[in-house]
Amino acid sequence: MQRIVIIGTGQGGQQMAASLRQEGFQGEILMLGEEPGLPYQRPPLSKAYMANGNAAALLLKPASFYERSAIVLRDGVRATAIDRAAREVVTGDGARHPYDHLVIATGARNAPPPIPGLDAPGVVELRSLADAERIRRRLAATRHAVVVGGGFIGLEFAAMARAAGVAVTVVEAAPRLMSRALSPEMADWFLTLHREMGSQVLLDAPVAGVLAGADGRASGVVLADGREVSGDLVLMATGVRPNSELAEAAGLACANGILVDATLATADPAISALGDVAAFPGPLGRPLRLESVQAAVDHARHIARRLVGGASAPYAAVPWFWSDQGKAKLQIAGLLTGADRTVVLPQPEAAPVVLLFRGGHLAAVETVNAAGIHMAARRMIGCPLAQLEAHGFDLRAAMKAAA
Amino acid sequence: MKITFIAADGSETRVDAAEGDSVMQAAVQNDVDGIIGECGGSMMCATCHCYVDDGWTEAVGGQQDGESDLLDCAASEVRASSRLSCQIRMRAELDGVVIHLPESQL
Repeated sequence: MQRIVIIGTGQGGQQMAASLRQEGFQGEILMLGEEPGLPYQRPPLSKAYMANGNAAALLLKPASFYERSAIVLRDGVRATAIDRAAREVVTGDGARHPYDHLVIATGARNAPPPIPGLDAPGVVELRSLADAERIRRRLAATRHAVVVGGGFIGLEFAAMARAAGVAVTVVEAAPRLMSRALSPEMADWFLTLHREMGSQVLLDAPVAGVLAGADGRASGVVLADGREVSGDLVLMATGVRPNSELAEAAGLACANGILVDATLATADPAISALGDVAAFPGPLGRPLRLESVQAAVDHARHIARRLVGGASAPYAAVPWFWSDQGKAKLQIAGLLTGADRTVVLPQPEAAPVVLLFRGGHLAAVETVNAAGIHMAARRMIGCPLAQLEAHGFDLRAAMKAAA
Repeated sequence: MKITFIAADGSETRVDAAEGDSVMQAAVQNDVDGIIGECGGSMMCATCHCYVDDGWTEAVGGQQDGESDLLDCAASEVRASSRLSCQIRMRAELDGVVIHLPESQL
């Protein structure tokens, strides 16, 4: 294999290039990225970056890394087609980039609901550094922010905005916060937390449209039930959609992401996919797509081992996630999909530890500000319920006993 | 201010850091091999494990809340001088600090 092309310069694409070199790949590596600049971390955009505005601190690696590692990075270039027959990627500037293997790491983009008024000035989204810069510039003059969507990004932003003295209303279409990612028990705890921080939180409140003032700027939102929520900044944080169009146009199977096998390869042996855009076999036999740094990075390492070392093991990393909301660091190990039993361990004056089981085995663990329990949980996912019960559901004790 | 990193093979790298930067950030921004910092300093990954040089342990100080729990999962041997470099913030007294790097972070 002489030449590997990576489409996408997010954290997954960057890790792919770095891991190929770590595994000893000596051929050419070309990264193609639509965004300008060097690959950077996205998680701090809704937190630390909003507070300090330090874009340099976001870089995953300095420019010297790419030179030293002989990784060619072409930024500000959009891949427009994959010519599978010729094994070439076509870019917007008309250039054709031949590959022996192609890794698609195009990530995901925001998916706002189809409502009127989204193009009004004052409506913002938060996915890229450019988005974050725009919001940061406006925040000082913002009196009241309306956050549409009570998921990780919306709530991280809400906590940060409250700390900056901005009034915040969160409107969430579902009956609870973070409903796709979190147990009802933990979601309740976070609802109380955000209300204590001074945010107004409206549940069961789908948005019907953005309101505009006489100057045309966003002045709030109108809910499906007719209620109006006023605000001078409207953040749309309603989830994402995978950037799989390029793969689909090239004839690769896609269904909420690019479908890959247990080794993260597509049906075309010359093409793999990773991170937010990849739908890989999940624990319930259904394709699973994860939006997380962990998945992007671990996928990249797995593909690099396969391409360089010929490893054929199935991908089996334990998923983990985190979200910083005010003083609460939420950590999740495992997946709560299909959980059929919940064990809640209340903690004095702190968030509960929530253990979720599926078919008698530990499927996921949710903690807040409890790094030790979270780290133990990452090792104990899959453990039989009876084994944990024998230790009073103390994950650290169970881990030590198993070691 | 300056930070000196000494790799497991003995090679030294001297980098500049600004007040308030974490030692992890300084290493990553200067392309120092041996510090990964996968989670970006969120205390989620234990891939920025380091050993504080004997002459500097007092000035640097001990582990923060939760740090030892993550170090339990570090790839290389954990010693009394072990820290997560993302939790060490540069300040005037740390100018010239010497940090030793473990053999492996993964």
